Amino acid sequence: MPDSRMHAEHYPGPLHNPPVRSAEVQRSASHAHHPKLQHHFDDMDQQLEASTLGMWVFLVTEIMFFGGLFMAYLMYRWANPTAFQEASAHLNKFWGAVNTIVLIVSSLTMAMAVRSAQTSARPRTQVAWLLATMSFGTAFLGVKVVEYSDKFQHHLVPGPHFQWPGQYPAGAEIFYSLYFCMTGLHAIHMIIGLGLMTVIAIMAGRGKFNGAYYTPVEISGLYWHFVDIVWIFLFPLLYLIGAHYGAGH
Amino acid sequence: METPSYLNDGHGLKSWLLTKDHKRIALLYLASVTAFFVVGGLFAMLIRLELLTPAGDLLTSETYNKMFTMHGVVMVFFFLIPSIPAVLGNFFIPIMVGAKDLAFPRINLISWYIYILGGLFTFAAALSGGVDTGWTFYTPYSTAAANSHVVLAALGVFITGFSSILTGLNFIVTIHRMRAPGMTWFRLPLFVWSHYATSLIMILGTPVIAITVLLVAAERVLHMGIFDPALGGDPVLFQHLFWFYSHPAVYIMILPAMGVISEIVQTFSRKNIFGYSFVAFSSLAIAIIGFLVWGHHLFIAGQSVYAGLIFSFISFLVAIPSAIKVFNWTATIYRGSVALDSPMLYAFGFIGLFTIGGLTGLFLAAMGLDIHVHDTYFVVAHFHYIMVGGAIMGYLGGLHYWWPKMTGRLYSEFWAKIAAGLVFIGFNLTFFPQFVAGYLGMPRRYHEYPPELQVWNVMSSAGASILAVGYALPLMYLTYSMFAGVRSSADPWGAKGLEWEVPSPPPTANFEGTPIVTHGTHQYAPSKEVGIA
Repeated sequence: MPDSRMHAEHYPGPLHNPPVRSAEVQRSASHAHHPKLQHHFDDMDQQLEASTLGMWVFLVTEIMFFGGLFMAYLMYRWANPTAFQEASAHLNKFWGAVNTIVLIVSSLTMAMAVRSAQTSARPRTQVAWLLATMSFGTAFLGVKVVEYSDKFQHHLVPGPHFQWPGQYPAGAEIFYSLYFCMTGLHAIHMIIGLGLMTVIAIMAGRGKFNGAYYTPVEISGLYWHFVDIVWIFLFPLLYLIGAHYGAGH
Repeated sequence: METPSYLNDGHGLKSWLLTKDHKRIALLYLASVTAFFVVGGLFAMLIRLELLTPAGDLLTSETYNKMFTMHGVVMVFFFLIPSIPAVLGNFFIPIMVGAKDLAFPRINLISWYIYILGGLFTFAAALSGGVDTGWTFYTPYSTAAANSHVVLAALGVFITGFSSILTGLNFIVTIHRMRAPGMTWFRLPLFVWSHYATSLIMILGTPVIAITVLLVAAERVLHMGIFDPALGGDPVLFQHLFWFYSHPAVYIMILPAMGVISEIVQTFSRKNIFGYSFVAFSSLAIAIIGFLVWGHHLFIAGQSVYAGLIFSFISFLVAIPSAIKVFNWTATIYRGSVALDSPMLYAFGFIGLFTIGGLTGLFLAAMGLDIHVHDTYFVVAHFHYIMVGGAIMGYLGGLHYWWPKMTGRLYSEFWAKIAAGLVFIGFNLTFFPQFVAGYLGMPRRYHEYPPELQVWNVMSSAGASILAVGYALPLMYLTYSMFAGVRSSADPWGAKGLEWEVPSPPPTANFEGTPIVTHGTHQYAPSKEVGIA
């Protein structure tokens, strides 16, 4: 309901009357400030809520960012269903599955890192969970390097040197273009995540985080889980759709 | 005597370039969008000079292509999209919601640097030879044929997009989490509502254009084959992804201007807005429906006729919330105590020009008619009526309205009125003839045309020179007023709202302590809304 009616009695009358003050000023309360409270926030709750909402909004933009690629995947798979199956069958399902497990476990250790900060666990414990997360992330990227170099050796990188042994070279090249764009973009997000973790781990080692202040751990965790979830979609869409290729044809 | 204003709180280049104060960052944006506006305007002048005669005598076709491309890229991505949000929104949203700053001051500063970095890439593209794809970067021309600096320009757009995303993110979190006690959603100024809707488009649309231009760059540099027809890729997919952002982007430009107009008409009619909640929700409706209309850019691109029908229908739907706003502004002005100060002149200009731009948009949303005028000057005239007649009028109106607050100085009202008049006349003379030329069949993006269309083009070029004077004037008298203008009181217009209760210019912290809001910011004479549920 518009305010004008509720507060019609405040109507100031003819023009250029002194303005009606719509706000009274509250002198800042004299309670003690947490050293990590930034000046423009009223209290730690507001700061945590703002940062968390900020990260969620950022993740929404990330969904739209990857969304463009998923849209392209959807359209081209619809246009070239058999070629996509044939191309997918050449991906290594074993390494894909290993990486999926690695990432899921890293999400668990990340959740434990957030929890350890929230419950004011010892800095050493917090760092341990963060390092565990980072090592799983690094393992994921290591597997990715193995897979990529395999693709280079077999001329499966799109471009002038692309060679396809199967029936659908054009559709397969589009599939591999999408494969490299999607997993590449995902890997870049992993690397950014590792960078974040490094900073967070150093801060945790210095004992910055406890039940009163754990915002950076919390929002880095949100980011890490998001990157994990993207992979959960990439794995079946890229690795598993060719599982039965050739079997029933 | 009193706390120093944000302008005096620190001196020297460093205190500006490393500031985290939203008001100073707004002024950084003001300086940079003005610079980009001048550059984009110079490209436009060359275009209008070339089109003075039917023969292509001033520029080669290739240079001409680069001129309209750079004009489009600079004006859309570096002027129109950041103009009102990053300057006026940045400055006033925190004050209007009763906060000391945006939720993330550091990110606010970073987003300005990102914007400048994107601008440098675009300048690098321009200086190293230019881009000739049109601001739309359509594939396969941009990926396979164009031998200009597409990648540099695409990266410029990509990078600047993040500036826009971060600004939108900052606004959303600020509006959700930083409102002062008592500042409920329905006490918010309509300027804030329109920026909330704008921010939704920024965060949902911009990432899609980012990935799209990234794919164009990947296709050019790494020879990935996403849009390549030789591999079975679909160039039209690019158009879908491009317009999924770029149509809503038009609402990024116009919604903030609508918010400005909602504030101005209340102040200068001395009346509360007619139908506050309708105006507020129509902003959200425009943002949401605006995401579902992109297909009207593809009526002749081989899109299925059924998809076309649906896109056409939804495009018509956008007219409803837009019309609600126009009717409600008119109803606000109706029987108000109207003062014709310069911001109000711009607001009148906006309402008239936006209405013409909006109604001609309906022509283009109609599939049959669109086939006749597709890619003609009719389209060019239509979107300039929205983006120049609407967005820039709103921007200038807002700049004049809040200038005394931002700088603490009054500008020459005499020159401001002359400028507003020149802009209105010059604008109409520039763009109205283009409707006619376009309807008669003049296609866009050609540097020559049949001689019988010359009369319309001469009118248009003449109007452009008047428009240029109209835009140059504020640059001069506003700059002059910064140093020599009469000092402004806290509320020179007799306006209402939190931003008019703090000193002009405001102190760095905006408020002493946290304000407690006891009623809505719209405290003029009540509009006669009785009877509307």
